Amino acid sequence: MIPILQIEALSVGFLNSGAMNQAVDQVSLRLAPSECVGIVGESGSGKTQMFMAAMGLLAKNAVARGSVRFEGQEILAQKSALRRVRGSKLAMIFQDPLTSLTPHLKIGVQLAEVLVHHNGVSWHEARYIALRMLDQVQIPEPKRRLHEYPHELSGGMRQRVMIAMSLLCRPSLLIADEPTTALDVTVQAQIIELLRAVREEFAMGLVLISHDLAVVGGLAQRILVMYAGRIVESAPAEELFRHPRHPYTAALLKCIPSVFSAPRTRLPSLAGQPPRIGEKLDACAFAPRCPRAAERCRRERPQLQVAAAGEFACHYPEEL
Amino acid sequence: MSTALLRVQDLTVVFGARQALRGINFELACGETLGLVGESGSGKSTLARAILGLVRPARGRVEFLQQNLLACTSMQMREVRRDLQIVFQDPLSSLNPRMLVGNAIAEPLIIFEPALDALARRQRVGAMLERVGLAAAMADRYPHELSGGQCQRIGIARAMIMNPKLLICDEPVSALDVSIQGQIVNLLLDLQRDAGMAMLFISHNLAIVRHLSHRVLVIYGGRIVEVAPSVTLFDSPLHPYTQVLLAAIPAIFGSERAHTGDGRAPAGAAGVLPDAAGEADIGCAFRHRCRFAVAVCANSVPPLTQIAPGHWAACHRARDWQSNAGALSL
Repeated sequence: MIPILQIEALSVGFLNSGAMNQAVDQVSLRLAPSECVGIVGESGSGKTQMFMAAMGLLAKNAVARGSVRFEGQEILAQKSALRRVRGSKLAMIFQDPLTSLTPHLKIGVQLAEVLVHHNGVSWHEARYIALRMLDQVQIPEPKRRLHEYPHELSGGMRQRVMIAMSLLCRPSLLIADEPTTALDVTVQAQIIELLRAVREEFAMGLVLISHDLAVVGGLAQRILVMYAGRIVESAPAEELFRHPRHPYTAALLKCIPSVFSAPRTRLPSLAGQPPRIGEKLDACAFAPRCPRAAERCRRERPQLQVAAAGEFACHYPEEL
Repeated sequence: MSTALLRVQDLTVVFGARQALRGINFELACGETLGLVGESGSGKSTLARAILGLVRPARGRVEFLQQNLLACTSMQMREVRRDLQIVFQDPLSSLNPRMLVGNAIAEPLIIFEPALDALARRQRVGAMLERVGLAAAMADRYPHELSGGQCQRIGIARAMIMNPKLLICDEPVSALDVSIQGQIVNLLLDLQRDAGMAMLFISHNLAIVRHLSHRVLVIYGGRIVEVAPSVTLFDSPLHPYTQVLLAAIPAIFGSERAHTGDGRAPAGAAGVLPDAAGEADIGCAFRHRCRFAVAVCANSVPPLTQIAPGHWAACHRARDWQSNAGALSL
């Protein structure tokens, strides 16, 4: 079976006054058709840049190396192949729906434009399809919304419009980068539920990028944890939550207060901070913060090794 | 109770035709942490700003240390600020980018303790930096050289240097990475244990609010809809809106209650905040999203009523839920 997305040894660096800062470091991953994968990591872990590279949306001073194949076709090196699929078969939505929408065009025009551009349908037909799509993402009074501007909608409604727009050309893969981070908890729950519904309905792959394990956990079948530009653990969601192998994953799970934790007690916390982008690393990047780190971790960088359920990159993993 | 540190009475804030706060009443005791939760637009931040005198209320009274803040002159208000401080959400934008962080922390000292010489000031700043878990040498850095977590520690150091009696925290961890959030929560707990200040902790992160607060106040459409001791509120919420909020907390697989069984959005979560203009005043502001709404909910605003000791709710049917535990399961 051809993976829907196959990333091989992808590195992304940013050229800053002569120095190359590595944001993504030799990352590889495969996504099966209609698989839902969660990507979790803190800011600067490279989770967004990895997919910005795949979408050809990197900043001007960025350099990407490696290979990205979408439905078997190389899209990192071959920009013409990327242009054919981007925005139609391969779609992406972002954290802030207000800045992703054009402020001075009505919602209906922005939606219809996608279809006219990619599918060559008439404006009249495009508007009809757009209307049906707004209805499908559960926007009340979709007819009225077509004539509104982005600023007239609430944050949750704007994110629904973005989702509708990304679905217009029936994508086979949707990349959602922090789609609920700017939203209230109740709206967040609604958007996650909507993503679950449209994924089933459109039988598409979904990449859900978030800093919040809990948000990803409700939806993803498999979760990849990133730290300092690398994947440090990958496992089926349930397995990752029950038996984290990498100490970073274990620490992340522990330091989130749950609605069951004893109030007003100190939280088990992770001391220190993630390394800054560009810091030279020939050891384990997590070693300075790791409760299990030993001498070997400061000398030798752990490679991803295959475990029963997934993969992890650690010399001294948590026991099962 | 004359021991209240902060007493807010009938506080009403109007922006043009919109009522952002409608008759807010609550008290905060010395050393207490009061959590404040609600959706964006519910009025949480407006409440913080009204207490600090940053917005002018249309009506009501804010009493802090037995002094009516709304009647204070700007000179009197300046004195009050010694005991009343705030930490903001975005740690970087709340610091002056051109000011060394040591000078930013020292500013309150220059204002309130002008007799202090530069060396003594530097020592106080150094000691404060160490109390918030940073090196004293950090005083000579600029904000952009620091990480988000470090900037938030600077913001907390600046707010705490005069040992205030009340620290208002407006979403202090929302902009931080998950692994850093726990550090800041621990820091606030440590500082409170040592300095004994009260906190008004505003956040949309309910798990963190539950963890830090003695009592929690839930606000909807500019009104308080429920107040209860933290654990009580989370274990047996009375207002349907609180239920919706709790059910929307994303749960880590297998480790939490299975809100609605399969993680689906709870019933009643659909819909948005009512437009704050006029309309909501006739009945309960939540009734359009409430699956338990009955005729009376459209006809009168439910008053905030004490249902159990220390547990207040503004719902016409609150007693139904209380007498028939479990009936409200979503």
